[in-house]
Amino acid sequence: MRGPAARPRPLDARALAALAANPGCKRRALLDGAGVDKGALAAALGSPMASGQSQFAFMRGNAFEARVKSDGGAELMRLLGVADPTGLQLPDLSAAGPDGRAARTALALREATTAKEWTLLDHPMLALEVAGSPAYLEPDAVVVHPDGQWTVVEIKSFPMIDASADAAKVGAAARQAAVYVLALEQVAARTEGAQVAQSVLLVCPKDFSNLPTASVVDVRKQLSVTRRQLSRLTRVEDIAATLPQGATFDLERSGDELMAAVDSVSAAYAPDCLAACEMAFHCRAAARTDGDISALGRSLRGELGGLTTGSAVLAAARGEAGDPRDPAVAALRRAAALRAGALEAAGCR
Amino acid sequence: MTVFDPAAEAAKATDAILSDTLHGTHRGIVVDSPPGAGKSTLVVSAARELAAVGRSLMVIAQTNAQVDDLVLRLAEKDPELPVGRLHSNDPDPYDKALNGLENVRKSSKASDLAGLDIVISTAAKWAHVQNVEPWPHAIVDEAYQMRSDALLAVAGLFERALFVGDPGQLDPFSIVGADQWAGLSYDPSASAVSTLLAHNPELPQHRLPVSWRLPASAAPLVSQAFYPYTPFRSGTGPEDRKLSFGVVGDGSAHDRVIDEAAWSGWGLLELPARHTPRTDPEAVRAVAQVVRRLLDRGGVATGTAGATPAPVTADRVAVGTAHRDQAAAVRAALAELGVTDVTVDTANRLQGREFDVTVVLHPLSGRPDATAFHLETGRLCVLTSRHRHACIVVCRAGVAELLDEHPSTEPVQLGVTVKFPDGWEANHAVLSHLAEHRVPLTR
Amino acid sequence: MSLITTLARLEAVESGRASPLATVRHRQLSEHPLVLVPLTTAGEAGAPLGALIGTDRQQPRLLTVAQPRDRELRFAFLAELADAVLPYLEAYGDDVELVERNATDAESGKRIKEEVELCADAPQLIVPGRAGIDFVRLLGRSMRFRRTVEQDPDAAYPAPPHVPLLGRWLTHYGERARVPGSSLLLAATDLLNRHWATGQSSLEDQHLGALLAWIDPAEGESGAQAALRAESYRDPRGQLVCPPAGPATDPAFDNRLLAPAVEAYDRVRQRWQAAQDGDEADSWMGELAIAEREIRRLLRTQMEPTWHSVWRAIDLARELPEGARVADRWTRDRWSFTAHRDRVRAGEPPQPRRDDAVTAARKLASRETAQAQLEAQEALDDPLVLAGRRLSGEAFIGEVTDVVMAWSESKRPAPRPLLTFHTDDRPHLGERTKVYRSLDGKPQSAEFVRYETDGVLVLRLTDRMGRAKDPAEGSVPEKGDRIAWTLFEHDQRGGPKLPDPEETPWTHGGPPGTDAESPDLITPEDLL
Repeated sequence: MRGPAARPRPLDARALAALAANPGCKRRALLDGAGVDKGALAAALGSPMASGQSQFAFMRGNAFEARVKSDGGAELMRLLGVADPTGLQLPDLSAAGPDGRAARTALALREATTAKEWTLLDHPMLALEVAGSPAYLEPDAVVVHPDGQWTVVEIKSFPMIDASADAAKVGAAARQAAVYVLALEQVAARTEGAQVAQSVLLVCPKDFSNLPTASVVDVRKQLSVTRRQLSRLTRVEDIAATLPQGATFDLERSGDELMAAVDSVSAAYAPDCLAACEMAFHCRAAARTDGDISALGRSLRGELGGLTTGSAVLAAARGEAGDPRDPAVAALRRAAALRAGALEAAGCR
Repeated sequence: MTVFDPAAEAAKATDAILSDTLHGTHRGIVVDSPPGAGKSTLVVSAARELAAVGRSLMVIAQTNAQVDDLVLRLAEKDPELPVGRLHSNDPDPYDKALNGLENVRKSSKASDLAGLDIVISTAAKWAHVQNVEPWPHAIVDEAYQMRSDALLAVAGLFERALFVGDPGQLDPFSIVGADQWAGLSYDPSASAVSTLLAHNPELPQHRLPVSWRLPASAAPLVSQAFYPYTPFRSGTGPEDRKLSFGVVGDGSAHDRVIDEAAWSGWGLLELPARHTPRTDPEAVRAVAQVVRRLLDRGGVATGTAGATPAPVTADRVAVGTAHRDQAAAVRAALAELGVTDVTVDTANRLQGREFDVTVVLHPLSGRPDATAFHLETGRLCVLTSRHRHACIVVCRAGVAELLDEHPSTEPVQLGVTVKFPDGWEANHAVLSHLAEHRVPLTR
Repeated sequence: MSLITTLARLEAVESGRASPLATVRHRQLSEHPLVLVPLTTAGEAGAPLGALIGTDRQQPRLLTVAQPRDRELRFAFLAELADAVLPYLEAYGDDVELVERNATDAESGKRIKEEVELCADAPQLIVPGRAGIDFVRLLGRSMRFRRTVEQDPDAAYPAPPHVPLLGRWLTHYGERARVPGSSLLLAATDLLNRHWATGQSSLEDQHLGALLAWIDPAEGESGAQAALRAESYRDPRGQLVCPPAGPATDPAFDNRLLAPAVEAYDRVRQRWQAAQDGDEADSWMGELAIAEREIRRLLRTQMEPTWHSVWRAIDLARELPEGARVADRWTRDRWSFTAHRDRVRAGEPPQPRRDDAVTAARKLASRETAQAQLEAQEALDDPLVLAGRRLSGEAFIGEVTDVVMAWSESKRPAPRPLLTFHTDDRPHLGERTKVYRSLDGKPQSAEFVRYETDGVLVLRLTDRMGRAKDPAEGSVPEKGDRIAWTLFEHDQRGGPKLPDPEETPWTHGGPPGTDAESPDLITPEDLL
């Protein structure tokens, strides 16, 4: 489906966490499930989204993470509430290829759990099967406690100022961390005495300094959401079955062909997509062309009943269409009359 | 395995609470009470016991209706007890029924009520009482619906207090953003109990383990869906509650859903999937027709085994909605069908009320999108836990899909305790249970 | 969202131009607002990159930081910012009027009148968007606990003079911006969004360039096209034609233009620092100035379009006549400014990191009051806002068709005339529901009695008719009068008195600690 030459774009934790952003969108589910590079596809369709990170932010993020882990993990353990991590193990996790690294990580987790010693896994590799193919995930760190508990550590470079942080960013971090917890749970299921903590340790710079501080974040809700979304991804095959014969997202094909293939799967565009999906500009343009009300915001639809396009709403409001017994139509007509009356009274028209 | 004896379990819990209240050393006691677990009875008993040992008491409730209800209950139990009803300066500040009670003194000034064993008022009115000697004891009713800042305004009036409430109902809210205080132990927009416990984690916390209101058919679902970590049981067994009708059903969907609910405790009248505005006329009409038939068919309810059956009259039936305009539309539809005296109100206003049968317009019925308001756990909990016999939910098909497509990208505030269950899970739990009692309504 | 707003948005989609959401201006606009367009460094908290600032749209003051990770340069920037802002704020502090207000005498406990100062006007800060308001708060937070050499001779990295003071003012303005209806610190996007509906979503409306494109599109271009251009068009070098309104910069700008310029600056500065003699140093000094000028030039290109957009937004909003009750809300802003001026003058310590329980509760209560008041005042000032309340059943307009005199049944009968009232609106009236109208700017109340027929109802007027048996002249409407009634109150009663912080009860953790806040920790190495 994505074309013979293209390697599937593996889903990372961020992409998996983003599945919850718009679960009603079949287009996104299909493209993600098939491993299509949505950014490249959007560019090929002529609606690229700005992407990329400022190198200032990138450098800052890396420098902060390095600092957090600099002293053999002692700082991290202190943030976890362990004052004296004597005997802290730092196993070497290097191996060839993601499969090899994942196997090495699983082994290290098992050994640490059996050894009942504090162990810090720096950038472990976890594999999670998503819609039939493996996704490789790389949390910043995982700590194994002597009692067999595994804790995900997420290091972010946004600040915690006076013990509070940007709630949208913490939410995104929690959803991402939940994906790691889920992947760890699969390893833990095969490891005796292991248990994955349902809370993660979020490490951020404190106030305006580069000193780390941390907060424990309960990710149980995000876990259940992610589980749900992953189980839904298996429905991708049902969506694919409805595609016309020969539809392909092979980026080698012409723009028209791609356009036809993309448009054959329905999207559920809403403005939130702008922050969550590379296809957003393409879908927004289509939604605007169709006059889809959702392009103006999900919340608008609440009072409009079965009316879904701008022209239908305006026609109903102006008395040109619609059944006046439909309360949505009746309310629209009253709203239009009140609005016109008020503007007239104010001399605006 | 020992047999669960609801009366004994409930009595044990109540004894422990009263003992802590009268003899404990802590400044506060918190009692969690699931729907219909005898919260008001507990408040009345505690108030009388405190009065009996000569400790004068202030009672803080959240609404005037709750205050008047408590005064009437106290007077019913003990007509001799001197009770003060502190009220506002508004016209008709209290229930006229209080005028018939000899030992209830009413005033808008706290000084007029000084010396009475018990003085009862709303949190809002108490907040204006100043320059008085603190009461040795207070009871705070519906404490989970009280905001932290409201407790701050009255906490100086008492030495120690018993806090009673239902953690599963609607949380208090504010009309402006309060995010800047999220995660603070004394976040003014949080519930009074969360602030109290954050600062006084050592306080004893009790739980009433038995719902006397909810029938055996409802308690397991409500407990599992809304109180997953603090389960409770029904005080009655599956055979105790009986709901039957003098008139046999006419085979219509309305009658079939009534019959389904009569024997199983639950009914789902499902309309075809369609996006509608809030006041969906078909759904509103369906609600009204169900109520009409419920009354026409001469329902008879038996509360406990061996009790005398009582007719299910209009005052024993309620309709619950999410929005006020929906309630207004249902009232109008009922009036058209000649039904009066049936309580029709929003979840917020039905909190603490109890009926034989409730008919609920599902908050998500016909909606094109789910919002935090419509998903709020407490709203669905209130709506599905007001009944003694049966609950009939009217809803359009498609809510399960709507839930599935709901984006989950909530922000997370550091330091804020995650509330369980979340609305999504609770809604799914209720829906999947209702699906077993589904009667489709086709035109 | 109200259906009226939805219709306005759809009309905008159809016409390609924003449509009105208000017929009057609901926010105060100072004659001389101070516009601030800040930029910040990506990934760093509180590391400003630059700012355009000033009260003269022709001559903004450009402040820049050549290497934002350098503490010294950041400090220099903050000192300059204080120089630019504080004189503006302080100029309003001495022009006062004397106002009488109620107070309680500390000794006798009696209610007395006292005369206090109220600043005749208040300084107004305008930033491009909500992120700008957050940044003002962040700057305030990062500065107010800093210590100057005078305050603490041993401070490891003393702050330049006035920096902590500016921090306190920005904190005050940031907090005040959370009060509904306040105008001390405004975001240009909020100002425009309050008065116009565009054909895009409210999320997209946060982009000042795209928003202006809808409200003020170029001749012959649709708002949608202009907005698309503002939001995504790039020049051949990959740079946005309309740079973001900040404080965050576009990553493409950071990576392609700014980072190389900063690197060049760093290189030159190293050479300069390593210079062996004065001549060499001088020549590198010159190079350094050139490198710095380039950074200033680049940052100016990012901020200048926004600077003009903010002033354009102010122009557009000024074209609307001011709502009648805007001045009332501005007076509250003046009180707020005056109160903070007094705290600063009294030498009180900076605002704490987090509010104590009582302060938090007080703020929440006053904001809830302000919100209800704002909603009522906007509806009373603006028929279009009132239309929304009429649609939701919270207000109704109509005509008095009959007046029948009646009196209360008390010992001294008071006038309680019955009005028959015709309206096409559908208010949510129940038994004895109170309704209010504005009479000489003050609310007069009535209660609902009954419906006569569809659209005809009877109201009983209940106050403001004087003390005599017969109502005062002009206090009772006459047949044929057109009246707007609201179901919501026009004035808001203040909430209950809360205890003083020192008397915080045990339920809320007892009195807060009285220790002064300590400055933030600063790590020795400043570069990350």
